[in-house]
Amino acid sequence: MDLAAVVVYEILYTIAFLALISAGLAVVFGMMRVVNLAHGEFVLLGGYAAIVSHNTLGINIFVSMLVVAPLAVAVFGVVAERLIIRFLYGRLINTMLATWGLSLAMIGAFTLIFGPTTTSIKAPIGGFAVGDYSLSGYTVFIIASAIGVVLLIFGVLKYTRAGLIARGAMQSADMANAFGYDTSKVYMVTFAAGSALSGLAGGVLAPLVGIGPTAGLLYIAKAFITVISGGASVVSGLIASSGFFGIVSQAVTFATNSVIGEIGLLVAAVILLRLLPTGISGRFFRDRL
Amino acid sequence: MTINRRQFVQGATAAGALATVPSVAMGADTIKFGSILDTSGIFEAYGKPMEKAHILALEEINAAGGLLGRKVEMIPYDTQSNMALYTQYARRMTRRDKVDVVHGGILSASREAIRPSLRKAKTLYFYNTTYEGGVCDRNVFCVGTTPAQQSAILVPEAIKRWGKKIYVLAADYNYGQITTNWIKFYAKKAGGEVIQADYFPLNVSDFGSTIAKIQKAKPDMICAVLVGAAHLSFYRQWAAAGMKKKIPIATTTMSSGNEHKILTPSEGDGIIVCQSFSPQADFPSNKRFLAAWKKRFGHTNDIHEIAASSYDGVRLWAEGVKKAGTLDRMKVIEALESGISYTGPTGKVTIDGKTHHVTHDMHLIEVKNQTLTIAKSYSQIPPSDTQRVCNLEKNPNDTKQYEIKI
Repeated sequence: MDLAAVVVYEILYTIAFLALISAGLAVVFGMMRVVNLAHGEFVLLGGYAAIVSHNTLGINIFVSMLVVAPLAVAVFGVVAERLIIRFLYGRLINTMLATWGLSLAMIGAFTLIFGPTTTSIKAPIGGFAVGDYSLSGYTVFIIASAIGVVLLIFGVLKYTRAGLIARGAMQSADMANAFGYDTSKVYMVTFAAGSALSGLAGGVLAPLVGIGPTAGLLYIAKAFITVISGGASVVSGLIASSGFFGIVSQAVTFATNSVIGEIGLLVAAVILLRLLPTGISGRFFRDRL
Repeated sequence: MTINRRQFVQGATAAGALATVPSVAMGADTIKFGSILDTSGIFEAYGKPMEKAHILALEEINAAGGLLGRKVEMIPYDTQSNMALYTQYARRMTRRDKVDVVHGGILSASREAIRPSLRKAKTLYFYNTTYEGGVCDRNVFCVGTTPAQQSAILVPEAIKRWGKKIYVLAADYNYGQITTNWIKFYAKKAGGEVIQADYFPLNVSDFGSTIAKIQKAKPDMICAVLVGAAHLSFYRQWAAAGMKKKIPIATTTMSSGNEHKILTPSEGDGIIVCQSFSPQADFPSNKRFLAAWKKRFGHTNDIHEIAASSYDGVRLWAEGVKKAGTLDRMKVIEALESGISYTGPTGKVTIDGKTHHVTHDMHLIEVKNQTLTIAKSYSQIPPSDTQRVCNLEKNPNDTKQYEIKI
């Protein structure tokens, strides 16, 4: 019984992990069709921002993770968007190349500034016990953050005027322009929002996984798999695919080991995209958010 | 001031002459030492301190008058953590630079990339890294720690302290698998048992389900053979789950990349490690080494086990050259095989002539407040794994890396 609870808890954590690292990409790629290959490094930048602000500047750890990290990456996102990405909208291959270059440059910069080793902060919440098992209390915080992020995206897109304008501009830029909205600005703000979400993920995950210059590789593949399998709808696609992959990979990991678990996730993604080439939300949640 | 063409030509010729004269003079009588290491890229944290160790050892040798009355000149190559560059640079070292000896290589893959070509070019090669053991090649000397040297001490000691049931977590490549086999072997010998061994690809950073599985299995201890930055997450997640006080950890890998300084004290304290070097070891030859390092490079924060063994490697080679009295490769090999030893940062290191590996001191070390505190020292541990399969006295033409069957 206790073990069942532990398994469910770990599955929830994996779902939350996937949702967190994919949320920023879901906005940037799902809405704007920008293949941001530097997504992993955006996540890392958030982690570094949180670590520096907590360890060096002495700011409260929750403020560092939840405020400083997203803000720092949002600012960086705006700069990157203005200097590079805005010239390349609609040119898929070119954005891939440009953001890949950005990713390499960021890896180099991280190595230069923070050194080649991993840095981290201590998890601020201790463990608790379920029967014979002791579990990480910090995981609860991560699950809560993921739920918060999903609700936030949903709330903003669905109930605010800004969300409506953003969705409109993504669907038909010309029409939004004709209504007098500055689409260039809308794109910039959306990209900044996506970057902020990536930064938040990095900040929140820093205590658990540690941040090193090349650790972005850990995130980018999983984030892309989650977002592409999720399909066009930002929120429902994100929830559906993180849920699906979280359950598959953790169930397989418990039954066998983590190697097979990773393979299970990839096999599930291949089968899923073969059966549903437009992603889960392309089939089941059409025209939802 | 104006310079006409004639003055310019005269000046340039004079400068050129000045520039070439010393290099001709040097080239004639320096000994050429090839250093091939990843000093940039993802293995930089390993390679940089190793290169410093080469620099320090050679500067000390030169300050003491060089070898055979000649200065030793280091020719460094940075392989940028790219295995393809190893073969290319090894060729350049043997053909263009005509080096007298090559030291370096970090990953086993890099060593295997250059070992055949250095043998073919008849260039002596020192590989100074902790590795999985089994290389049997008369042209190569392996100065690093091998799995049996660690496990033979770590496993019985951990069983004595904590109990018989061991849960192994290992990196999923040859080093992790071979070391796990040795842990099983020594656990059995000490009356313990490995109840489960899980292997992880190098990029796995989520250990949540593993931590739950460990608790289900209820071992007396964890033996970790985890490698690299991603695997470091295990220690963090283990501490975050509050497991630190319940099940203790022994590891063969922590601290070779200075991991104990990356983890916070609450994550790292109490973990036990076994290795040949500790900056906290206070015998005279280590103190002298640390002081010299500090004087040369400013601080000693970055020294790790394989930097210390790189230093040993250079010094052992120098002892071999001194004893041989020549740079002739076969004569130097024979001198080294006679059982040359050097006492340095890791204590007394002696070359085992039959295997070209080393017998050295090992220390049982506890991580305490981000330092490596020696709990117990073990004198002169032989490379017993490689000794089972390799005998270069009998088979001098052997070139294999053996997989040691246990």
